Amino acid sequence: MTDNVVSMSVTTLPSRRLVQRQPSWFARLLDYKPFLIVICLAPAVGLLTVFLTYPLGLGVWLAFTDATIGRRGVFVGLENFQYLLTDPLWWGAVFYSTLYTAIATFGKFALGFWLALLLNNHFPFKSVIRAIVLLPWIVPTVLSALAFWWIYDPQFSIISYLLVDVLHLRATNIDFLGSPWPARFSLIAANIWRGIPFVAISLLAGLQTISPSLYEAAMLDGATNWQRFRYITFPMMMPILAIVMTFSIIFTFTDFQLVYAITRGGPINSTHLLATLAFQRGIAGGELGEGAAIAVSMVPFLVFATLFSYFGLARRKWQQGEAND
Amino acid sequence: MTDTVAQPVNASSAAPEAMDWDSRARRMMMIYLPLACFVLILLFPFYWMAITAFKPNAELLNFKAHSPFWISSPTLLHIKHLLFETSYPRWLKTTMLVAISATFLSLFASTLAAYAIERLRFRGSPYVGLGIYLAYLVPPSILFIPLATVVVQFGLFDSPLALILVYPTFLVPFCTWLLIGYFKSIPYELEECALVDGATRLQILRKITLPLAVPGLISAGIFSFTLSWNEFIYALAFIQSGANKTVPVAILTELITGDVYQWGALMAGSLLGSLPVALFYSLFVDYYVSSLTGAVKE
Repeated sequence: MTDNVVSMSVTTLPSRRLVQRQPSWFARLLDYKPFLIVICLAPAVGLLTVFLTYPLGLGVWLAFTDATIGRRGVFVGLENFQYLLTDPLWWGAVFYSTLYTAIATFGKFALGFWLALLLNNHFPFKSVIRAIVLLPWIVPTVLSALAFWWIYDPQFSIISYLLVDVLHLRATNIDFLGSPWPARFSLIAANIWRGIPFVAISLLAGLQTISPSLYEAAMLDGATNWQRFRYITFPMMMPILAIVMTFSIIFTFTDFQLVYAITRGGPINSTHLLATLAFQRGIAGGELGEGAAIAVSMVPFLVFATLFSYFGLARRKWQQGEAND
Repeated sequence: MTDTVAQPVNASSAAPEAMDWDSRARRMMMIYLPLACFVLILLFPFYWMAITAFKPNAELLNFKAHSPFWISSPTLLHIKHLLFETSYPRWLKTTMLVAISATFLSLFASTLAAYAIERLRFRGSPYVGLGIYLAYLVPPSILFIPLATVVVQFGLFDSPLALILVYPTFLVPFCTWLLIGYFKSIPYELEECALVDGATRLQILRKITLPLAVPGLISAGIFSFTLSWNEFIYALAFIQSGANKTVPVAILTELITGDVYQWGALMAGSLLGSLPVALFYSLFVDYYVSSLTGAVKE
């Protein structure tokens, strides 16, 4: 046996040497690991450095200057931020961004979790329904926002038509986007509509990893439906809930498309999010420094929201692991 | 919801006749009814979009004479207006070009990066992976103002090339993370065998790792395509001339003229703009779901 192996290696050795001598210096360089690592990482790291890290730093720098479009600004210290603190529009945007994020995230997760639990059942055409449900998330947000704009039309809104002419619940059409509070909630509803599929499908993936034996054990112990949800489903979902919620909060707080497409911050600037305000000042108004300051002012909120959702939810999982209760 | 989990247990533990009409009605109320409501509400805006696109203006603005939920005399006028009296085909072409180029660029960059991080394993490779992942958490709303100045510095303002180069900033982190997961699932032994047989690293990547990672590449590719097709804020900020706009931006800025909204044309534009991704989606549903959940699980 060993003899056989030895003879084999002896016979193959010369041919291998031949093969190894053939590659050019370039091919050998490509086989040199450190060089290969640098080559492989270069495109990704290069793109991200030039178009992400550098602009991020530049954005912070711009926030401390009075740059406008076409003019390099000079350093003005905290002037932009001091101005923002006295600006009622900025405070309004902070207020609405927070409200928008809080209500929309709550709505998305309550409804999305419910939908995920529904989809976790067995019923006919399950895969078709699962596919259909994801549609609002696939279609360009601006285009579905336009559909919502049309649905929220003051004169020809289909919702008003249903309530007034079909169900006779109201006497007049609803003015969805004409006054501040209805406009705010209309936008939040559209955001929830768009966010449900993502939450539902992500959570469904989490639900499917929970072992059925846990439920069987709980059944034997006489746990009720609610108890099984509260003490098995919910704790087991915590880690994935934490990740999905972190993502959702970040991208809801910095949302731009929906508001820009439907109200552009109106009526009377009541629906400005920080991102739309930054766009209005920075790009449309040309005050790059001030726009950048508004964009930078989102960062503390984002960091706080991320830490809160991630550690607030993930810590419970660690406790669970340690105490094992 | 949870009672469904109980369903099979109930069925097996209780006598068969206990699974009576009552539990079926209960199932109806607890599952099918809410599910139907969800599907109805999630799909209604698309139905509304589609039906508006084919309605003549007279019907569109008169709910009293025509039921708004149906079309009495469908028309292709809005679509015709869109295709022949606006630059819509041009916008579609630009969007397609940008989405496909950005997708290939990101796939190229992230395949190599994911391979280096997951398979070449060097000191600090987990940190590079983490760094790329963190890049995903930087929202475009924070970046678009400084990026606009960068784009102007590079002389790329108002050019689709700017979008092709900028979109990878959110595509590469996502794709890299997805592909790292896929590469992890490929047995390392296969590569070792190839190494023993004298294959170079690049040969291994090309002939062994990549063919096995094809499902991951497809997932990453269709996801990148969808994300670039749907991107809005960069396209709005970096493109000025009407001809170079992408579909989402063009519909919002070019089709809305004056105070009277052409709802028929607007909805036709939205419908046509959504169709490519919707078709793409229907072809690759499973990949979408797996990439969505795979990326989250990572």
